[in-house]
Amino acid sequence: MKTAISASGDTIQSVMDQRFGRCPYFCVYDNESKEYAFHKNPACEAQSGAGPLAVQFLAKLGVEKIVAAEFGGKVKPVLEDLKIQMIIMNQEGRSMEEIVTLLNK
Amino acid sequence: MRIVVGSGKGGTGKTFLSVNLFCFLEEQGIPVSFADCDVEEPNADLFLKGEVKSVETVFQNLPVIDTAACTFCGKCHDYCAFNAIMFIKNLEYISISEELCHDCGACLYACEFDAISEKKKELGKVRIMQSTKGNRIVDGLTNIGVYSGVRVIKSAVKKLENQGVEILDAPPGTSCPFVTTASFGDYVILVTEPTWFGLNDLKLAVETVRGMKKEFGVVINRAGDGEDPVSDYLKKEGIELLAKIPFDHKIAKWYSEGKIPVLESSDLHKIFYEIQRKLKI
Repeated sequence: MKTAISASGDTIQSVMDQRFGRCPYFCVYDNESKEYAFHKNPACEAQSGAGPLAVQFLAKLGVEKIVAAEFGGKVKPVLEDLKIQMIIMNQEGRSMEEIVTLLNK
Repeated sequence: MRIVVGSGKGGTGKTFLSVNLFCFLEEQGIPVSFADCDVEEPNADLFLKGEVKSVETVFQNLPVIDTAACTFCGKCHDYCAFNAIMFIKNLEYISISEELCHDCGACLYACEFDAISEKKKELGKVRIMQSTKGNRIVDGLTNIGVYSGVRVIKSAVKKLENQGVEILDAPPGTSCPFVTTASFGDYVILVTEPTWFGLNDLKLAVETVRGMKKEFGVVINRAGDGEDPVSDYLKKEGIELLAKIPFDHKIAKWYSEGKIPVLESSDLHKIFYEIQRKLKI
């Protein structure tokens, strides 16, 4: 199963970005292959509707869980429809590696 | 002539200037009408007591997708410039984000399978009023939770009668609601205050109206004896200073009582006369 995390950079040491729709990268972790993949967020520079655009991108990748600092009002109903689990991480400064470790606990 | 009264910063005196200008011109018997385009928080009616003649509801159309008829081709999604249609082909998922929809109609045009119809959504109300001297006053009020007031602003301005001088009290800031209001103007008055905050937001407003190629000038409100970074900026940029309205306890008191200071003070009367002269009204 794939989990996406909003990331500020493209390495496992990168810390989480506090924005969901406009974070520069998404870290996608596959807990079966134990592999990390980093994707540029195509919604990062969108004029409007960045959140929904990011959701579409992640849903196409087959993501089933998303970790972010917060989810906006336009995104929540779509994620609920798509049965993608929202996980709110409200501690700043955690790296991708740390978050994945926490998820696997 | 349409005059838009705007400012980058909130609370600088847009409504103060526009209602005073309206009453000042009305007093001289000049045909003048007024539109409160600050549709998220209209407040000109605190000062302009008009008789309500009619109230109209403003709607927008929203697309409704019939998922039984939809072939999930994605064309409507590609046509939407506002990312309002969420579409995930492999999951056969499609939905509309109502807040993002601008009611442009592109998705209806795009759909080749008649899967998109429209429904109406109420955005707000426009009131048409008449002043005691018989001039038209219009204001708009956007419903709570509506994402953008642009359509309500457009509806309000349409209710003006296209005669004489029209004064449009713009919303604060420099985003879509301001740009929409300013787009109707022949001239834009930017109201600012002689502070660094005022200057910062004035620069944004100047950049916006210059981008729109609108003729404009500046009124410095609550001018005092202290430092005045705004005047220096105007000189450097060659921007017309229409007037300086002094920081005056009496003006604040009249205004707080819902009075029209220009009708109370001869000093203020002179200042507005100067604005009138510069605008060639």
